[in-house]
Amino acid sequence: MYNFDVVVPGSVAEAVAALGEEDAQALGGGQTLIPTLKQRLASPSVLVSLSGIAEIKGVCKTDDGQLSVGGGTTHATVAREAAGTFAGLAGLAGHIGDPAVRNRGTIGGSLANNDPSACYPAAALGTGATIITNAREIAADDFFQGMFTTDLEEGEIITEVRFPVPEASSYQKFEQPASRFALVGVFVAKFADGVRVAVTGASNDGVFRWDEAEAALSANFAPEALDGLTVSGDDMINDLHGTGAYRAHLVGVMAKRAVAAAS
Amino acid sequence: MPKDSGIGASSKRREDVRFLTGQGNYTDDINIHGQAHVHFLRSDIAHGTINRIDTSAAETMPGVVRIFTGADFEALGGMPCGWQVTDKHGEPMQEPKHPILAHGKVRHVGEPIAAVVADTLEQARDAAEAIVLDIAELPAVVDMKAAVKADAPKVHDDLPSNLCYDWGFVEENKAATDEAFEKAAHVTTLELVNNRLVANPMEPRVAVGEYARGTDEHTLYTTSQNPHVIRLLMGAFVLGIPEHKLRVVAPDVGGGFGTKIFHYQEEAFCTFAAKACNRPVKWTSSRSEAFMSDAHGRDHVTKIELALDADNNFTALRTDTYANMGAYLSTFAPSVPTWLHGTLMAGNYKTPLIYVNVKAVFTNTVPVDAYRGAGRPEATFQLERVIDKAAQELGVDPVALRRQNFITEFPYATPVAVEYDTGDYHATMDKVLELSDRAGFEARRKDSEARGKLRGFGINCFIEACGIAPSNLVGQLGARAGLYESATVRVNATGGLVVMTGSHSHGQGHETSFAQVVADMIGIDENMIEIVHGDTSKTPMGMGTYGSRSIAVGGSAMVRATEKIIAKAKKIASHLLEASEGDIELKDGAFSVAGTDKSVAWGDVTLAAYVPHNYPLEDMEPGLEETAFYDPSNFTYPAGAYTCEVEVDPETGVVSIERFASADDFGNVINPMIVEGQVHGGIAQGIGQALLENCAYDENGQLLTASYMDYTMPRADDLPGMADYIVDHSCQTPCTHNPLGVKGCGEAGAIGSPPTVINAIIDALRSGGHQVDHIDMPATPAKVWAAMQG
Repeated sequence: MYNFDVVVPGSVAEAVAALGEEDAQALGGGQTLIPTLKQRLASPSVLVSLSGIAEIKGVCKTDDGQLSVGGGTTHATVAREAAGTFAGLAGLAGHIGDPAVRNRGTIGGSLANNDPSACYPAAALGTGATIITNAREIAADDFFQGMFTTDLEEGEIITEVRFPVPEASSYQKFEQPASRFALVGVFVAKFADGVRVAVTGASNDGVFRWDEAEAALSANFAPEALDGLTVSGDDMINDLHGTGAYRAHLVGVMAKRAVAAAS
Repeated sequence: MPKDSGIGASSKRREDVRFLTGQGNYTDDINIHGQAHVHFLRSDIAHGTINRIDTSAAETMPGVVRIFTGADFEALGGMPCGWQVTDKHGEPMQEPKHPILAHGKVRHVGEPIAAVVADTLEQARDAAEAIVLDIAELPAVVDMKAAVKADAPKVHDDLPSNLCYDWGFVEENKAATDEAFEKAAHVTTLELVNNRLVANPMEPRVAVGEYARGTDEHTLYTTSQNPHVIRLLMGAFVLGIPEHKLRVVAPDVGGGFGTKIFHYQEEAFCTFAAKACNRPVKWTSSRSEAFMSDAHGRDHVTKIELALDADNNFTALRTDTYANMGAYLSTFAPSVPTWLHGTLMAGNYKTPLIYVNVKAVFTNTVPVDAYRGAGRPEATFQLERVIDKAAQELGVDPVALRRQNFITEFPYATPVAVEYDTGDYHATMDKVLELSDRAGFEARRKDSEARGKLRGFGINCFIEACGIAPSNLVGQLGARAGLYESATVRVNATGGLVVMTGSHSHGQGHETSFAQVVADMIGIDENMIEIVHGDTSKTPMGMGTYGSRSIAVGGSAMVRATEKIIAKAKKIASHLLEASEGDIELKDGAFSVAGTDKSVAWGDVTLAAYVPHNYPLEDMEPGLEETAFYDPSNFTYPAGAYTCEVEVDPETGVVSIERFASADDFGNVINPMIVEGQVHGGIAQGIGQALLENCAYDENGQLLTASYMDYTMPRADDLPGMADYIVDHSCQTPCTHNPLGVKGCGEAGAIGSPPTVINAIIDALRSGGHQVDHIDMPATPAKVWAAMQG
């Protein structure tokens, strides 16, 4: 690591002010940033830890029936507290990394980083969630803009994520053998007005919605509705762990499994 | 009845108390007052000419003590190679210079270019970033077959080519072998890769150099499996320090798996720099550095052919292997694909004619050397895969084909220059088929199929040569070291013993099992015996631990020294008991006179040795301390039969190991619990090689799997549950030529398991109608799925 200062603000307003400093960097759970710092691949002058901000932590139901998750809420907390209201999301959170990761990593950090192999982007896009920052509200469909790229402005902090709660949902992840990140992860959510399907891990453009599957499942929410549907492997990630064609194939397999497991 | 102490007892591992309570003393725990830290600036390209290294700005950075480059080591010897292989024309191998810090060229990603010594590690890292490098990148050579082409870039400009040696074994058998292939009723051919692995011991390498100006004494603390070997190589060949002025200490070491056998540049550097800087100098490898500086393992590309007669008897075997040496010759690298590989190609079978060709090749990659099994897994994998393929082609049962060709009479001289002393291959096969319930397999397969899965059964046999090794033999084969082992047994006045062994424990549990042997011989409590290892100032010159040699060679030295102790103690007892020496018996820690009730306790005899008031001083020296060096007369030949059942998910290609069983013949067993742990661990590593682990480079020589994000280590959930993970060592044909009748168990699991897994996967895929002949390791889901797509 290079030397840096750390500040631990107690409110969003203080954090926003601190992030105004030159080369300041927000620190969520640190599950990506800390390893990056240890490898000397980043050199912020000041780290603004978001871990001391009580107002962006916690899980609750909103008046209009959505599930509100504070941006600073850990995966372990979501896994525990969303289990009764939104099992698909709790299941996703409960299978990110290992217990150490789940007790440090936060939903806001995951979404802001938008790692192409991260799990949470699939849930946000797969439910049409709203990402709320200190400045505005962003629809998930507008938020994700390709690998490691989002609509967030410099210094903008995710304070809350508001999930419409589906009638049934499931996230099925095929793990990359070494990292156990998603080689392919598919989130399927069934709402009264249709089905959404979001895919993470697979595409060079990051998380995406699988339109054809959404249409087919909206007509018939059953695994066999996906028979014969394929996604193209052309824009899929091609690496040591799988070709684009393999990932494209897994999208279909994981989507079917998600429909079968949806509850 | 299981024994509760001594040989054959599952005594709890005494060293685990300190390991599990954080009381271990690992090399990184050693911090010496005034120590400085070194950070190595390593090459981030695979091949290039060093035009200039400008350290001027870096030298002015805070805390910098001194910055070293290759130029500082020009006057010294480079890193030595401990084994010279002679090629098939009788010429010695090509042996390049191996500098401590790169000189003239960089030849692999991770090669150290400069070393920055500073007050703190962070200061050293900061200063390393200020070093200005002017390195002209050269085309890299990674693929071995491309490397031996005439127009390939040369890794070493002063060598004729990238070919280290072209070895033929046994050259005299070549013509007869070729003729047998021409006459064969059936020939099975298989081309395969034995994947490159990174050892990944839990503890990364560490070195701390210290120099005492007042006495001119050097000390190196290092993560080594063999401190005496390091002292000899580094003192005599690298730094020119006489052994009496050089102490090497390898304290608690957290796993080695072979990669801590070798003498590394960082060890020589820290020893050298401690004197040059007049400060202790410490280096602790990061995990990232370990991936690109620890010697890698395996990396063979092989074509194997098996000839059979009309009755399915094996008549000849022929192999053609390319073995990757990496950019330089690591300490024992040349011996691995030759003497530890070619000599094992007979396996468990009476094939009369065998010819092995190995081309060792330099590439712009990290050096490759011994890794758990070292040559023997490579031999076993190709042999057992080609036998399975032959069974498939001939439509015969793979078990029956193996049984038909088993060696059944011992001793057995193979056509590849070794003589198996004992074994019973039908017995281990019978045992493993019973343990694995092969009879119930078809029912389990139907159950899997009902759940949409393909199930396969894999069988495998193996033999290894352990108890390394007769010194006169290995000397003829090119070893530049002896391979005996040593022990000093020091009895204290009040009866406790200290055994100073040249073996080294880095996970094997020697402190427990070695004590069991001595306790058993004397008939005293194991807790009266302390095992000391890992310090050249305490232990006699010994060769260390690798090649499943410790109990077979180091244990035998300890037995011989203890026998000398007992012989002398009996003389003392005969004096004390006023009886003839021939009438003295030692039992349960007491000496008695045969046929009488006269006896004297062990402690009384040991006290007499050191307080010799009533003692035959005119006939015998006082004291009770003996040393023995044991040089084995042959290798030992552990062997076994393994089975594996896998389920393959046809939708994704995921392979899961549902059941695994092993029946090993290790000869006599000292501590069954430790042996079972060794085999469980070895199989886990073998499953890692078969399904998960792969060290990959791109065509430019960049290491693609440089962290655990991409290099897949086996984890507990990759293995079957303990009830389906059966290890058995009840088939025992004791070794005939060492005093304990032991053979060694450390590598067996890693040797026997990879082909077992692949054989099972092929069986599963073929049961699903997929005409797959072979899948190269690791059989990842992507690869298995692709194979099913045809």
